[in-house]
Amino acid sequence: MAPALNLDLESGFTSLLEAAGLSSGVSHLLWLPLPMLLVLVAAVVGVLVTVWLERKISAAAQQRIGPEYAGALGILQPMADGLKLLFKEDIIPARADGLLFSLGPVLVVVPVILSWLIVPFGQHLLISNVGVGIFLWIALSSIQPIGLLMSGYSSNNKYSLLGGLRAAAQSISYEIPLALAVLAVVMMSNSLSTVDIVDQQSAAGILSWNIWRQPVGFLIFWICALAECERLPFDLPEAEEELVAGYQTEYSGMKFALFYLGSYINLVLSALLVTVLYLGGWGFPIPVETLAGWFGLSVDAPVLQVFTGALGIVMTVLKAYLLVFIAILLRWTVPRVRIDQLLDFGWKFLLPLALVNLLATAALKLLFPAFFGG
Amino acid sequence: MPSLAELTQLIVFALLATGVVVGSLGVVLLPNVVYAAFLLGGVFLSVAGLYLMLNASFIAAAQVLVYVGAVNVLILFSIMLVNKKEAMAASPGVGLRRLLSSGVCAGLLWLLLRVAYTTPWATPGPEPRGDDAVIRLGEHFFSDYLLPFELASVLLLMAMIGAIVLARRDVFNTDVGTGEAVDQALIEKERTPLLLEKTRP
Repeated sequence: MAPALNLDLESGFTSLLEAAGLSSGVSHLLWLPLPMLLVLVAAVVGVLVTVWLERKISAAAQQRIGPEYAGALGILQPMADGLKLLFKEDIIPARADGLLFSLGPVLVVVPVILSWLIVPFGQHLLISNVGVGIFLWIALSSIQPIGLLMSGYSSNNKYSLLGGLRAAAQSISYEIPLALAVLAVVMMSNSLSTVDIVDQQSAAGILSWNIWRQPVGFLIFWICALAECERLPFDLPEAEEELVAGYQTEYSGMKFALFYLGSYINLVLSALLVTVLYLGGWGFPIPVETLAGWFGLSVDAPVLQVFTGALGIVMTVLKAYLLVFIAILLRWTVPRVRIDQLLDFGWKFLLPLALVNLLATAALKLLFPAFFGG
Repeated sequence: MPSLAELTQLIVFALLATGVVVGSLGVVLLPNVVYAAFLLGGVFLSVAGLYLMLNASFIAAAQVLVYVGAVNVLILFSIMLVNKKEAMAASPGVGLRRLLSSGVCAGLLWLLLRVAYTTPWATPGPEPRGDDAVIRLGEHFFSDYLLPFELASVLLLMAMIGAIVLARRDVFNTDVGTGEAVDQALIEKERTPLLLEKTRP
């Protein structure tokens, strides 16, 4: 999109308030929470949709119908689940450590929601284009295991403690190949900013998406993202058959809901980041500039700008939910790995592979600077 | 009246500074080692917040990733793996030891305060680099700080290999302590049988 963008919501909002007689400082203060609130709502709605999809697709994979009475096709089922959790009694076990028990779920959810800061839905449609961009997400996601260890320890239950320890071990092991896969992409786009990473993939539509240049990196990232989200085949921290429910065993009511919410927000976030890093972000398979050229429209035309913005959001969400769909299908097709297999796979296979991928990317970047980012 | 941005900065700084000071006091003084470890994570996070206030976002993110995500998680992990409730016998002369250690700490604090007050600090400091900092850091690492950078990686490699050698005790044929021959496969085999053998009547 052109820099002369007219869709500046902030200045529109503040000038509206100033016209109503408020000072510029106050109207800025009133503006500040709005994007955060919007993203929070978007994240929660994303979770509701994902929970519904999970129920429906799981049902289809097992030749059941799934929820169908709560709303049309059962779309209100996730709301019913949420309400049920809201009204449940909040129990803190007698011998548990109350303070840490309550703090644990919060520490799990907050970093995940904070990471939505960097997810772009369009050239200017993100909360903050921070320079450290994708690195912020890697840093924030490393806080999560502390919350898991905290809740596992404070529950005073051997299954919880084992689950917490497993979660921490898994998260530490898969963070490294994940960061190395991201580093290869960052190397190609010469920037950590998510907006720059998408811009670098927008030259030739679907052909210039990073998945063609980084197929190995894409697979490593996807596997590690599933492991970080604790999805099957990597759901060892809460493996029902072995650990009851892992670190969540003693939790009920809203505290359990926080874990539930956190894991689904994390799944949607990971899918969005795969979209940004490897699938061209908000880009349409055919560049919008080419499309506009066919219809003889100028790229700067206001109508086209609104259309491009809307298309960007639709494309990002569509790609992300395609990945969520794949994640749900994987859940019902792949059996769970053992803990030793999981750690062996992370340290002895993914880590060397990610290093080789990084080295190959650097070499290709030097050989073909036109294709791999100069 | 200070502007909105200044006021926010002041409040955030006060919160973070309190977090660092109270948190580190808790790390040292609390008898429960698990609480101390969690508080250490809080201290690291507050320090990252201070970096963020200095407009060094990359350093802040690196602080969170390395200290909170790796160091603190490993500390917690090791504490929980050896979480034995053992009644420690009170060591002799606890009062004298505490007195001595607090004396040393007070001396150190006095020394640091003296340094802080006698050094002519250049205020305001250099202009923050902002998002440009990543590029400048990379340039420095590969030009004038190349040797320390590479030496640090060699040091880490040595530490890693040392840890592996210490952890993999089964590479030794003889027990380090007793000098007896040790089973290659499982060092603990003879002392703790996993399954009790069935004795046929």
